[in-house]
Amino acid sequence: MFAFFISSGLFLGWSLGANDASNVFGTAVGARMIRFKTAAIYCSIFIILGSVISGAGAAHTLGKLGAVNAIAGAFIVAFAAGISVYLMTKARYPVSTSQAIVGSIIGWNLFSGSLTDYNSLAKIIGTWVVCPVISAIIAIGLYKLVVFSIRALKPHMLTLDALTRFGLLLVGAFGSYSLGANNIANVMGVFIPVSPFSDISFFGWIKLSSEQQLFFIGSVAIAVGVLTYSKRVMETVGEGIVSLSPVAAFAVVSAHSIVLFLFASQGLESFLSNHGLPTIPLVPVSSSQAIVGAVIGVGLLKGGGRNIRWRLLSGISSGWVVTPIIAAAVSFISLFFLQNVFEQKTYRPIRYQITHEAFERIHDAGIATGKLKKLLDKQYPNAIRFNDVLPENMELSHEDRNFIFASAEINEVKITASGIYAVPVGSHWITEKQKDDLKKLEGRIFRHKWLLHDALVEISPYWQYVGNDKRHNEEIRHKLSHIYELFRFKNHW
Amino acid sequence: MEFNILRKKLFIGKQIDDFLDKVSESGLLFKQGMDAYLKANKESFKRKIEEVTDTEHQGDALRRSVEEQLYVKTLIPESRGDVLELLESMDSLLDRFKGVLWQFEIEQPEISTEFNEDFRELVLCVVETVEAIVRSTRAFFVNVFSVSNHIHKVSYWETQSDKISSRLQRNIFTCNELRLSQKMQLRDLVRHVDKIADRAEDVADKLSIYVIKRSL
Repeated sequence: MFAFFISSGLFLGWSLGANDASNVFGTAVGARMIRFKTAAIYCSIFIILGSVISGAGAAHTLGKLGAVNAIAGAFIVAFAAGISVYLMTKARYPVSTSQAIVGSIIGWNLFSGSLTDYNSLAKIIGTWVVCPVISAIIAIGLYKLVVFSIRALKPHMLTLDALTRFGLLLVGAFGSYSLGANNIANVMGVFIPVSPFSDISFFGWIKLSSEQQLFFIGSVAIAVGVLTYSKRVMETVGEGIVSLSPVAAFAVVSAHSIVLFLFASQGLESFLSNHGLPTIPLVPVSSSQAIVGAVIGVGLLKGGGRNIRWRLLSGISSGWVVTPIIAAAVSFISLFFLQNVFEQKTYRPIRYQITHEAFERIHDAGIATGKLKKLLDKQYPNAIRFNDVLPENMELSHEDRNFIFASAEINEVKITASGIYAVPVGSHWITEKQKDDLKKLEGRIFRHKWLLHDALVEISPYWQYVGNDKRHNEEIRHKLSHIYELFRFKNHW
Repeated sequence: MEFNILRKKLFIGKQIDDFLDKVSESGLLFKQGMDAYLKANKESFKRKIEEVTDTEHQGDALRRSVEEQLYVKTLIPESRGDVLELLESMDSLLDRFKGVLWQFEIEQPEISTEFNEDFRELVLCVVETVEAIVRSTRAFFVNVFSVSNHIHKVSYWETQSDKISSRLQRNIFTCNELRLSQKMQLRDLVRHVDKIADRAEDVADKLSIYVIKRSL
């Protein structure tokens, strides 16, 4: 069944491969600097590597926007994004999967009564706006640098040609890696919460998390798109920007690849945060818009503003708004049909209740709870309803509000013997010792996820989050979410 | 794969260099040949004709080889057409050197000594024009930004050739010792020689457009 539901994601991946590979290798192939076959093979390999190795960052941001928690829902979200991309491409409207999937997720949020995290949404849209601008700036800088080096080194025309080819192949590979890393979230992100995979490890030294396995499947779909359908698109792109010299094309593709990498690299993010620098949000951006930004940058440098087609630019900026809205509408309507006509469960309702434990937790966190007292023990069917009853005059910061939501979320977990038996154990995964911790909780029922976590922390300090140890915290989060999935009390509605 | 291409390219680069050497050499042979003719040193003149013919053959072979490789290996796709046209124009200069020498060999014109100096000067300017275009072409391949250092000299030498050619033709027609037929024969030969400089300037005009196209 999962194989069927994931097909919409694979379709989205295929169309992404067919369209976006041209951004990376289009100019090189169109200008006959690199053969299509060579380009397609490099592109496919590096997209897969990028997706599996670095795909998690941007996926995390999409997850924050909305965690689609039923497989049929995930199917529709990816399907709606795919249809929107298809329809808008048919209407000759510049469109990107990143924008479509965000709209689709919002459509699901509206349908399922989940709250859309406006902070994340603002971050995502802000990044879309900034992305072409940064791309243009980087392209200008790189172009100047390249021209300066050529003037300084004075290579023979044929040597320059060979170097440009090599450079185009290199940045093409890097671009494919970044494309995979940045955009795999669009294709597979919505399936992460409903993935049936568990972590596997090869010979004890390569570990593939369930997320990475999903990303691998998605990236193979992208690679199939590259191999089967991108040739025509590449040739069109090559002809479309034929006025770009190969050296300019090198600068443009490099800028695009760097931008996509910046918005996908967790390594860079942790490096920046470790050095007290502001971090770059990890957000899926549009590869096409990064390219257009870079082309405009080089165009501005070479010929001022007169060469720029401003209509194209207005098309891009309206895409930031129109694409998500269309995708959200398609998603909402499709979810309605699937839920009511085909009777598929498109979401698992998440109820909210300020239980006594939750009340105490909120109180202990230093949030004024006076006005929450009247909500004690009342249950609300979804986040939107719960949000509506939160007293309006409570001045809550974004973090406090999130904390209240997390505390009040009902997720009944029952630690059963059969569940404990099913916990997979591995040297890189949940250890025997940690499994023993779970055994001590056998038979207990927890109404909130965090109650189970607290209970585990009481048993062993291992489960405690540690201030700066991002890797440790990530590991704990990962294991906990796996345990919640295993022990979720499935029949209580 | 790319390093392999780089090696092949270095080889083609050397062939292009060799070809330009041949064009330059043919100019020098032309000068020596004309010198020998004016001195009525028939043996030397004949040898120079043979040498320039040989050089022309070698040049043709090199040009064909370079053109073929550029197309087969799809090298410098963005400037390939320009490079081919440039090489063919340069080859036509080489042909003209050979052609003019053959013209002298066939027609065996009588040149009175009073025109010798002007003829030598004309030949010198023409050869300098071609030398300047050879240097410009070399710069086009090696360092496109330095073409302008050489290309202006093409126009300079071409203008000098025009001046000498006009002066020489005027002197020929004012000379009373020559029959009209002789005058016309000499005039045609002077024009043939001067034409080489004109063609070199045409190449320079094309080259300056190629430079703009490649100037990133």
